[in-house]
Amino acid sequence: MTALPTAEDLKAQIEAGVPGAMVTIVPNGSPSAQDSLLLDHEHARAVALFLRDHPDLRLDFCSLVTGVDWLDTELTEKVKVKKLAAGPDGVETEQEVEETRKTKVPGYLEAVYHLFSMEKKHGPPSLPVVLRLRTANRSDRNHVPSLTSVWRSCEFQEREAFDLYGIVFDGHPDLRRILMWEGFEDHPMRKDYVPPADDILLEARP
Amino acid sequence: MADDLKDLKLELSKNGIFTTTLEELYNWGRRNSVWPLTFGLACCAIEMIATTMARYDLARFGAEVFRPSPRQADLIIVSGTVTKKMAPQVVRLYNQMPEPKYVIAMGACAISGGPFRDGYNVLKGIDRYIPVDVHIPGCPPRPEALIHAFMTLQKKIEEQALRGESRPRHLNADLPSEFPVPEFGAHGLEPAQNDEVFLNETGNPLRIIQ
Ligand code: SF4
Repeated sequence: MTALPTAEDLKAQIEAGVPGAMVTIVPNGSPSAQDSLLLDHEHARAVALFLRDHPDLRLDFCSLVTGVDWLDTELTEKVKVKKLAAGPDGVETEQEVEETRKTKVPGYLEAVYHLFSMEKKHGPPSLPVVLRLRTANRSDRNHVPSLTSVWRSCEFQEREAFDLYGIVFDGHPDLRRILMWEGFEDHPMRKDYVPPADDILLEARP
Repeated sequence: MADDLKDLKLELSKNGIFTTTLEELYNWGRRNSVWPLTFGLACCAIEMIATTMARYDLARFGAEVFRPSPRQADLIIVSGTVTKKMAPQVVRLYNQMPEPKYVIAMGACAISGGPFRDGYNVLKGIDRYIPVDVHIPGCPPRPEALIHAFMTLQKKIEEQALRGESRPRHLNADLPSEFPVPEFGAHGLEPAQNDEVFLNETGNPLRIIQ
């Protein structure tokens, strides 16, 4: 049983093998330490093919595709700025004042892929290889490239992520809802989803 | 049945003469040949299957023939989670059953949504769309509970008078035997409940407080 290379090594291999690919390591601080690789949209398919076909890696099985919803957040930071202010004696001097600055960080949707190798049967500790793709935001720019053409097993799971999270997979052969019905408008696994109010307390009609 | 008639029957049977009424005979036959529909939705269905097997033996109550077609069934046991996507089909199956027909809602899911009540995808009780005769709580209810529900249903059938105001639905042409099938809407099922069916214990319609 061979061990898989670490995330750092994988990143180096990918960047050497796929020219122009940008891979960012998303560290995982938990005891499992499953660091994942964030791919850029343009080269995602090329990187996926590289991982699948590389003779040492042969990550030929995508066992899972899921979505993650990251809400818009507001970053609050305290900054010290120099300002002219009048002192007690009426003379204006430069003083350091603390200000709170708020910046809006747009949220995004994330598609996560778990890869294994049936052929190599890589052992622990570095199983599985986790890929991530991020959309630009949660509303109108919610596209990521589809990897169904690389791993056939992604087809239904990408449909599920489309259905429940609203991630649009460009290049998917048959992107329809899979769990909810056609004509359903919401994406129920999003964090800001509000279910229809059909479950609040019931009362006898007067 | 009037009390004096009962006394007369008792007196006659003491003397070796067996008498009955048409109503009694009719209901006796009906209650001992309730054929359920072969129909299960989730984990509760496994308990329903166990109930029909040798150990619990639902055949003792005349209900061993699970019919694979709603046209031949008298009883639908809603055993398990009714998802919103499945609810129209359940109502449609019920509509396809001929009268007289009965419904047992088996398990927390079928009566209220159960552990999935807060989910987006599960109907919060099948009694929103079809009239339920017996509710069984439990997750899942044991086979004994289903047998108890079945006996409760038998008692209910036995007590149905064939004439008068409280006669069963199949003898009252004014009452409906089919119920509207909910539609898939943009955010959930539409309508969210059938006001004709979704009643509280005093017979008043239940309403959703927004
Ligand atoms: S009530 Fe419990 S056992 Fe029955 S279908 Fe629901 S979850 Fe399953």
